[in-house]
Amino acid sequence: MEPILTLKNVGYSYGQIQAIKGIDLQVYGGEILGILGPNGSGKSTLLKVMDGILVPQKGEILIEDSPFAAFGRSHLAREVAMVAQESHFRFSFSTLEVVLMGRFPHLKRLQFEGKRDMEVALDALRATHTREFAERSIHELSGGEKQRVLIARALAQEPRVILLDEPTSFLDLKFKREIFQLISSLSLEKGLSVVVVSHDIDLTSQYCRRVIMLRNGSIYEMGEPDEVITASNIEAVYDCPVLVDKNPATGRPRVSLPP
Amino acid sequence: METTIKRPLTPGKVITLSLIMCLVLVLVAAISLMLGTAQVSPGQVIGLFTGSLEADDPASLILLKIRLPRIILAGLVGFALSLGGVVFQALLRNPLADPFILGVSSGSAFGAVLAIVFGLGFSFGVPALSFAGALLTIYLLMSLGARKMGMESSTILLTGVIINAFFTAIIMFFIAIIADARLHSMLFWLYGDLSQSRYTHLAFIAPILVIASMILYSFARHLNLITAGEETALQLGVEVDRAKKVCFLVVSLVMGLVVAFSGLIGFIGLIIPHLGRMAFGSDHRLLIPVASLGGASFLIAADTLARTIISPSELPVGVITAFMGAPFFIYLLRKKGSQWSRS
Repeated sequence: MEPILTLKNVGYSYGQIQAIKGIDLQVYGGEILGILGPNGSGKSTLLKVMDGILVPQKGEILIEDSPFAAFGRSHLAREVAMVAQESHFRFSFSTLEVVLMGRFPHLKRLQFEGKRDMEVALDALRATHTREFAERSIHELSGGEKQRVLIARALAQEPRVILLDEPTSFLDLKFKREIFQLISSLSLEKGLSVVVVSHDIDLTSQYCRRVIMLRNGSIYEMGEPDEVITASNIEAVYDCPVLVDKNPATGRPRVSLPP
Repeated sequence: METTIKRPLTPGKVITLSLIMCLVLVLVAAISLMLGTAQVSPGQVIGLFTGSLEADDPASLILLKIRLPRIILAGLVGFALSLGGVVFQALLRNPLADPFILGVSSGSAFGAVLAIVFGLGFSFGVPALSFAGALLTIYLLMSLGARKMGMESSTILLTGVIINAFFTAIIMFFIAIIADARLHSMLFWLYGDLSQSRYTHLAFIAPILVIASMILYSFARHLNLITAGEETALQLGVEVDRAKKVCFLVVSLVMGLVVAFSGLIGFIGLIIPHLGRMAFGSDHRLLIPVASLGGASFLIAADTLARTIISPSELPVGVITAFMGAPFFIYLLRKKGSQWSRS
């Protein structure tokens, strides 16, 4: 199978500080790829590089066979969408207006959203169970609701790859599960490729087909959850002793802290 | 059963509301034409446009030579200041930004004060030097704040504050050392003076303002996304740096232009965008036309007060806008302060 997104020996530095280096990675159609790693291991940088927000000084990124550099911002936004960790709206927009922002890369300069744009936006609202507050101000929503609206906006971009930066960091158990179930259904039903950065090793283990573990900006291990999420890997990368057993329901690796 | 959800904004809605605001503008202008020290009847105002008023009638002279150019100038300046306020608030993601915040206006003021000190006239000398001052400031802003450190908003803002402080110091210096009639001209200008309007000025301002509005309007959707965060805008496909550069430059030029002909009229660029957002929401495709047209009506009304309230004397129009604006602003801060402080 041909990958949609290919990273070849990608490196990015903030001034003197090298955030990621020598990243070789493929993202395939319809897969869920989890990115794990401790704070400062380069997870967010890697995601921003994959969305073209940061332009790597080293290596190159391809969408199918075309390098990123050949794409304009708006073309790129039709291929790859990103859901950031946090989002602040200074001015009051309704949920629907926020989701319609996702149509920006599909519209010409002075064009207004049309019937099809509305359909796409409403579908995205439905998929994320946010349709009921379509006409409410984004300021009135809770953290979990807002997070789902931002995912809806990313869906409205109709991308092939969707990048999520710790989508569950502020959410309680129920919403965490909901978000990951949503991610899972997007990849299954819509064939979307999802790349998700998370601090939650167990959820990553449960929902991702492939997992990458980053250490100091490089890929330390890549493979199926069983291969990557092991006690020795986690101890080496996170510098913290752990117990790894199997989740009785899914058979996937499960991480606990020793006393 | 799902309820139907309507499209939040359609071209029809933008056009309808803009036309309504145009109608308000025409009404306000017509009322303003009738008001003034000299009595002019509604019939004479109508006669002016139907041609039944004789050209050598004193009423015709008052209307055409004095009131009309002043009203048109007030309209253009009010339009521009509100437009600038809307765009700057979006670009800087700051609901407290006004179009003077980058210090372009203080550069204009410096030029104007210099021209008044040298005894230059209001038909050419003052606006020319004032506009030159604005251009100098824009150059400083772009070379100091923008070019060296990217288009980062807080850097631009800080550069603006510093430029503002510097030019204000020079202006204060001139105010301190000049004690003759020029001082009155200076102070009047610094608080906004629309009494020097001439048709040649209007013919110069109007076309530039039309072009600037069209350019800024073409960035309306970009501005929507930029208010949601620059990185978000980038993710959604906006060429953020380019949009910011073009908008900053266009607004700054327009501010330099209108300030050169009207002085520093404060608060309108802050309040009108706010009222617009409260009444019509945050979508700049609607906000830009309605707030700008509303600003035009507002400044015509404020200037009508300025020239009639202590008639036959006049107040600088900036006194009126600040007098109405400051309490309103405090009200807004009290009501919305908690919302704004949220980062």
